[in-house]
Amino acid sequence: MISVRNPEIFGTPIFGGDAAQRGYALNRMCYSFNEAANREAFRRDEEAYCASYGLDAEQRDAVRRRDVLAMIEAGGNIYYLAKLTGIFGLSVQDIGAQQTGLSLQEFRARLSDAGRP
Amino acid sequence: MARIVGSVMTSHVPAIGGAIARGAEGEAYWKPFFDGFGPVHRWLEETRPDTVVVFYNDHGLNFFLDKMPTFAVGAAPLYKNADEGWGLPTLPSFPGAPQLSWHIINSLVNDEFDVTMCQEMQVDHAFTVPMALLWPGAGRRPVRTVPIAINTVQHPLPSAARCFKLGAAVGRAIESFPDESRVLILGTGGMSHQLDGARAGFINKEFDLMCLEKLVADPEVLTGYTNHQIIERAGTQGIEILMWIAARAALTDTVKQIHSNYHVPISNTATGLLLLENSAAA
Repeated sequence: MISVRNPEIFGTPIFGGDAAQRGYALNRMCYSFNEAANREAFRRDEEAYCASYGLDAEQRDAVRRRDVLAMIEAGGNIYYLAKLTGIFGLSVQDIGAQQTGLSLQEFRARLSDAGRP
Repeated sequence: MARIVGSVMTSHVPAIGGAIARGAEGEAYWKPFFDGFGPVHRWLEETRPDTVVVFYNDHGLNFFLDKMPTFAVGAAPLYKNADEGWGLPTLPSFPGAPQLSWHIINSLVNDEFDVTMCQEMQVDHAFTVPMALLWPGAGRRPVRTVPIAINTVQHPLPSAARCFKLGAAVGRAIESFPDESRVLILGTGGMSHQLDGARAGFINKEFDLMCLEKLVADPEVLTGYTNHQIIERAGTQGIEILMWIAARAALTDTVKQIHSNYHVPISNTATGLLLLENSAAA
């Protein structure tokens, strides 16, 4: 397999073949949440729903803890994960705050500050 | 022959769709963003494009990791919007332009772009939000569409240089289509932003402003960046500048900048807007 290695960028996951292979079951479950009925089924019985998609222990634990960095570590891709975190009532700013260890207010302030001259 | 009138490049943050649905355009948070579109509306009113070719990236509505095309061209009579998982209101379907689609596909493959051809293709917020921004209101939008999706989900992604060549090939295809279509090129996504990882919330105003400047007069400079370099400078999702680069390449070498806007932040994103008019010689 040809692999192109680049130096890591701090805190910046690159969703390549390794992650896509490792995270397939988790991402496939998240993709299913495009359907409202599947979101309902997850809400009704999270354990059974995760089991039906074959999540491994690491993925299951990350989902159970609502821990986005851990989901990414387990191969999750943010575009699919956003469908899952939406079920938890978390916006992209909430998960931004969670991943950076900031409060929501601090995270929003950081974004606003980035626009100042 | 069909004629490309110009291009609009704009961010496509899902929250913009939410703001439109709530009628929040005039609120303090949203006003600096939505006000940017006034000059675009006036230009569209004068220029009256009837067809839009849209470079956008799917975020897991139509395509999944089971089969992920690098470049996918729609060839459907109608493109449906659908729930992306958040239960947001969906927009009415968008009419296609299948004859132009097949002409573009034939021309691209002849030009050695081995695209995926889609007779069914659901379009997500990256397609619908910009359409709603350009033609606000619930009525029928006065245009037919050809969606062209570029993979920005599963690495390796096509390079900026490759996307530039794709855009140029799409431009040649459109301008050899034997009808009188007036075509707008829409490039959606960006600008700098990052949703994932410990660097979430990363924004780089300096890089964005450089891109806005180079896209007008010297776009090929941007093809010198690798995707890794773009991600380092613009964030993981800032890579969506690829759609802007493709759109720019479909235009004439010299273009007239009619309007631009840059506003930070909308949601987690630095938003940009660029309106370029093709040179009259085209």
